[in-house]
Amino acid sequence: MKTNWVLTAASWLLGFLWVMPLLYALWAAIHPSEYATHLSLLAPWTGHNFAVAWAAAPFPRYLLNTFILVTLVLVAQFVLCTPAAYAFARMRFPGREVVFAIVLLQLMVMPDVLLVANYTSLAHLGLVDSILGIALPYLGSAFGIFLLRQTFRQVPQELDDAARLEGSGLLAIIWRVYVPLARPTYVAYGLVSVSYHWNNFLWPLIVTNSVSTRPLTVGLSVFASTDQGVDWSVISAATLMTSAPLLLAFLLFQRQFVQSFMRAGIR
Amino acid sequence: MRRETVHAWLLLTPALALLVAFTHWPAVATLWDSLSSTPRGARPAHWVGLANFAALMDDPVFFQALWNNFIYAIATIPVSVVLALAMALAVNRAIPGRAALRMAFFLPTMLPMIAIANIWLFFYTPDYGLLDQVLGALGFGRHNWLGDPALALPSLIAVAVWKEAGFFMIFYLAALQSLPPVLREAGALEGASDWYYLRRVTLPLLMPTTLFVLVNAVVNAFRLVDHVVVMTHGGPDNATNLLLYYIYETGFRFMDTATAAALTVVLLVILGALAGFQFGVLGRRVYYR
Repeated sequence: MKTNWVLTAASWLLGFLWVMPLLYALWAAIHPSEYATHLSLLAPWTGHNFAVAWAAAPFPRYLLNTFILVTLVLVAQFVLCTPAAYAFARMRFPGREVVFAIVLLQLMVMPDVLLVANYTSLAHLGLVDSILGIALPYLGSAFGIFLLRQTFRQVPQELDDAARLEGSGLLAIIWRVYVPLARPTYVAYGLVSVSYHWNNFLWPLIVTNSVSTRPLTVGLSVFASTDQGVDWSVISAATLMTSAPLLLAFLLFQRQFVQSFMRAGIR
Repeated sequence: MRRETVHAWLLLTPALALLVAFTHWPAVATLWDSLSSTPRGARPAHWVGLANFAALMDDPVFFQALWNNFIYAIATIPVSVVLALAMALAVNRAIPGRAALRMAFFLPTMLPMIAIANIWLFFYTPDYGLLDQVLGALGFGRHNWLGDPALALPSLIAVAVWKEAGFFMIFYLAALQSLPPVLREAGALEGASDWYYLRRVTLPLLMPTTLFVLVNAVVNAFRLVDHVVVMTHGGPDNATNLLLYYIYETGFRFMDTATAAALTVVLLVILGALAGFQFGVLGRRVYYR
């Protein structure tokens, strides 16, 4: 059919436009500097830019910081949000709806917006320039509580009752009945959380001011803004390098990623 | 108190305490700070009433940031949502290279905004950047994309659209795939054209998704300013100063916490109004399923 060919061509054109900035950065990163702005089929390949970037800034340390940060956030969110979600999903207590509504407020007013007040709190706690300080505002997550509550509500009440009859305590019921059945939700929420905190920038920029705490995003901005003589090849290499672990994870778990975002989004 | 109540509160308290400490408490503290002066040296903050807000009324940069944010939102949101829908429709069909195409659309979403800003900074470089090279080859002159007040904000809008459209595409794709195929068959039996079917069947059924995506897009338009920090610092001449960036600048560069608090209150009021809209339009059904 004729129209279908037009649509297909248009789709491909859009797709090409979409990857072009990325391909351009990739081009600059894998060729010598003199070819960065000069597209030529004869340009030789090189890993030189990556080596220069890797050596010019403490990227291994930044990578470690980001890794600690996302792990800390993820584990704490799971541990904190699971019991809260269970309470909202399966327990009856006065004021439940009101408290839940208060929690949901955070979906609209995120800590990202309350920079100044949160920084003041961190200063009082003496946690400025620490990885825990970057993580702290995000640990009690309304999104996580909401997502898990929705999942827990779909667990058959009979399983809960059966475990109770066998004499299991509350925490044991949550751990043995609810957590295993909610595994897909944990995967989905985990991927969303990891990619969010891997990519987060403004808050870590404010909180950190030393190499031992800076995550990759802040490290990259420090690297690119200090005088590198604006060597775009090296900056492109550094940029791709810092995004690579997440991109690689995405390519490996593409299906789960896409499904997670769908699961997390359709609410 | 009943045992269940006690247990429920024990389960809730750790998460709730952190949540309140870093969302609700700072919101209240911000309101208080906005009504006080900035503490300087030995002089602690004192009550000044609405003076900080009165000062904002005389601050042309504040109005510029508000206006910029409005333009930014009003341009970014519809363009990225319409593109997201087009992308979802494109990769929902049996098209050659569908997986590659879907990845091309989705990849920018996975990158940190700061990495994206670097890539586009290079892309936008006057004369040497790919954009100027392509336009130069087509006979257009050089452009100072980020240095020209008329071009800077649209340039940032393009970056935001590039990052967000693929993200929203995912939600449309999920919704499209959950539409019963029977509908398409019925449409075909009735002789409905593709365009007619899209307009009269698909789009109305996608309305809940569109509302969800819209709310997300609106929040992001006020929340994400990483690219401003890297690409323009709000310049040239405040042409790309957005509200949250102005808060960041006021609070952490100029150390004027009182004004930053007043600005934050303005942002909170905007977000609150949007939340009200969300609860009103989307209704309880979406949140309390």
